[in-house]
Amino acid sequence: MPSRSRPVTDPARARCWERLAQWMYIVPAAAYLLLFFGYPIAKNIVMSFQQYTITTFYTGAAPFVGLQNYSKILASDLFSKALLTTVLFTAGSIVGQFALGLAFALFFQRRFPLNGVLRSLLLLPWLLPLVVSGTAWRWMLDPDTGVVNAALRALRLSSSGIPWLTGTSQALVSVILINIWVGIPFNTAILYGGLQDIPRHLYEAAKLDGAGPLASFRHVTWPLLRPVVSVVLVLGVVYTVKVLDIILVVTGGGPAGATETLATQSYELSFQQFEFGRGAAMSNVLIVISLAFAIVYLRANRRARNV
Amino acid sequence: MISPARLPARRPAALLSGAVALALAVASCSGGSSDGSATSKVTSITALDYYTDEPEHSQWGEMLTACGKTAGVKVEQTSVPGASLLPKVLQQASSRTLPDLLMLDNPDLQQIAQTGALTPLEQYGIDSSGFAKGILSAGTYKGRLYGLAPYVSTIALFYNRDMLANAGVAVPRTWDELETAAARLTRPGRYGMAVDANPTFEGTWQFLPFLWSNGGDEKRLDTPQAAQALQLWVDLVKSGSMSKSVLNWTQADVHDQFVAGRTAMMINGPWRIPALNKDKNLHWGVAPIPVPRTGQTPVTPLGGEVWTVPQNAESRQEKAAQVLACLNSSPNQLALAEQHFTVPSRTAMASQYAEQVPSMAAFVKSVEAARARTSELGVKWPKAATGIYTAIQSALTGEQAPQEALRHAQQIATSD
Repeated sequence: MPSRSRPVTDPARARCWERLAQWMYIVPAAAYLLLFFGYPIAKNIVMSFQQYTITTFYTGAAPFVGLQNYSKILASDLFSKALLTTVLFTAGSIVGQFALGLAFALFFQRRFPLNGVLRSLLLLPWLLPLVVSGTAWRWMLDPDTGVVNAALRALRLSSSGIPWLTGTSQALVSVILINIWVGIPFNTAILYGGLQDIPRHLYEAAKLDGAGPLASFRHVTWPLLRPVVSVVLVLGVVYTVKVLDIILVVTGGGPAGATETLATQSYELSFQQFEFGRGAAMSNVLIVISLAFAIVYLRANRRARNV
Repeated sequence: MISPARLPARRPAALLSGAVALALAVASCSGGSSDGSATSKVTSITALDYYTDEPEHSQWGEMLTACGKTAGVKVEQTSVPGASLLPKVLQQASSRTLPDLLMLDNPDLQQIAQTGALTPLEQYGIDSSGFAKGILSAGTYKGRLYGLAPYVSTIALFYNRDMLANAGVAVPRTWDELETAAARLTRPGRYGMAVDANPTFEGTWQFLPFLWSNGGDEKRLDTPQAAQALQLWVDLVKSGSMSKSVLNWTQADVHDQFVAGRTAMMINGPWRIPALNKDKNLHWGVAPIPVPRTGQTPVTPLGGEVWTVPQNAESRQEKAAQVLACLNSSPNQLALAEQHFTVPSRTAMASQYAEQVPSMAAFVKSVEAARARTSELGVKWPKAATGIYTAIQSALTGEQAPQEALRHAQQIATSD
């Protein structure tokens, strides 16, 4: 460009160029956000107010139906059931992932041989594609031929085996257990990082004051780990609320809709029943729930910083 | 599904919705004439199907190439997995890039025809006489024919000859016989019977022979006839003759159970025959699906894929229609049916075929009485199908009694 080689002397022009340069830095990120986050969300919201069906794809005609999609999905008895399942699934997964993740993080804080190797092995569930681990779990939990029931039978813990995937209450427990297994690495990794940040000398001081392991956990570890804990929990909720792949692979939402969550409902509405308007409405409900937790997280964060 | 932050491993859901939105975005930009000029000579056309498995894929490829030659065009075949065919067609419909020749599973035809994306076949002078009534009704929307299937299929009862002989059990013809046979064939590590009862349209498809043969009807699901049919499946599971895992099995899983010797009988389709024949130690037989009372004919759902000509440039449509007519010619129907263990859709060809290939006689007989899923409800069929598999799942898990489950199914079927 010719303008670049010319020395810029005019201060007004220099300011103008500077402002332009500032904008140029923002443009790529802003364009990316608008294109890949803004547009889909806006489109999803518009879609949820339209009667968007198979025909729409060809004719482009998507009549505006106001709140009809929302009233239809909220009034359906499937919604309250799916909402309850989502709450149980999320709560169960988070409690399990967090408790086990914290236990592992504390465990790996000690010095012992092979610590590093074991810690990296723990990341394995995170590295496997979810469809692969889901399929493997489906085989292992098969009521007739799965290794889990075979082991239970061999140990004489259960004579007939547990209907892991075919019982309506057991199936939900199964997908929660699998999701806990998937989520442990994430929780362990973040909490372990948080533990590393706690200054060693605080533990030594506590020890000098006569604090045992429990007391030093309560008065040193827990208070200093709290910011990390809140991050882990809120992110965990946001990730878990929308889990789809594990459930689709392992149970397909069954048996009898026992593992149907808002996320699988939304997927089914859009991609199996081709009711894209209602599917969009359902996923917006999901976004609102995630958003609520994100706001809780941001506020908690701000309060923590202000203290 | 779109959240501000996410784990890499859990992206598919978000990606999926993003991809759809993006596809729409691209679609709205690229809309317009992409079909080339109508005056230039057409030398190649595109075809889309879901025959991804071998040898099916190459067999169809050869047939399309051969038929393309008679029409003077090269046919470029694309195959996508069954579950992604409709989403793909929807994308193509919105971007006006539909293939020249499109294969659809027959119960989906009416929904796609409803959008206006397909052209009626009468305008190309395609001869549809002599086709079985069932498949014509599946290819017809609002009185106009949009799709033709070279062959049709349906499901039947497959049984393990050795297991039946060892247990001294005859091939069951009626429901009562089915229940006793299944019970007598059940051993530790083996079930007597297997079906696909999973919560998808496939589960519905497998239940239809029982529903229809007993006089049940998708227009009214809360009838005693429907409840009796569902009760049969419930009894088979309750008595332990059928695994409770049928709730999760696909037709492919059912096939695997049968091949592994973990079930003595199964409901499945003739497209499994090549795989069954591979195992030399497996001696199997096939019979019509048992009926409620002796002497009745089973009414089974009609399977098979119809070929259609979507809206494109007229010169391309003409060529595609010529290829479609060629695929449906009598000799080609016979050749395709033999390759795929299915039944030619022209009735005259079907009877000739039954004589030539006696092992297919059970299917030829069943197909005669078979009914298209969309023949009564048309584009409303998916709702009824959803109601039916929901009822199967509720009843087999014991959540609801068959009658109650079917009352609920009727509500789903008639909801809007």
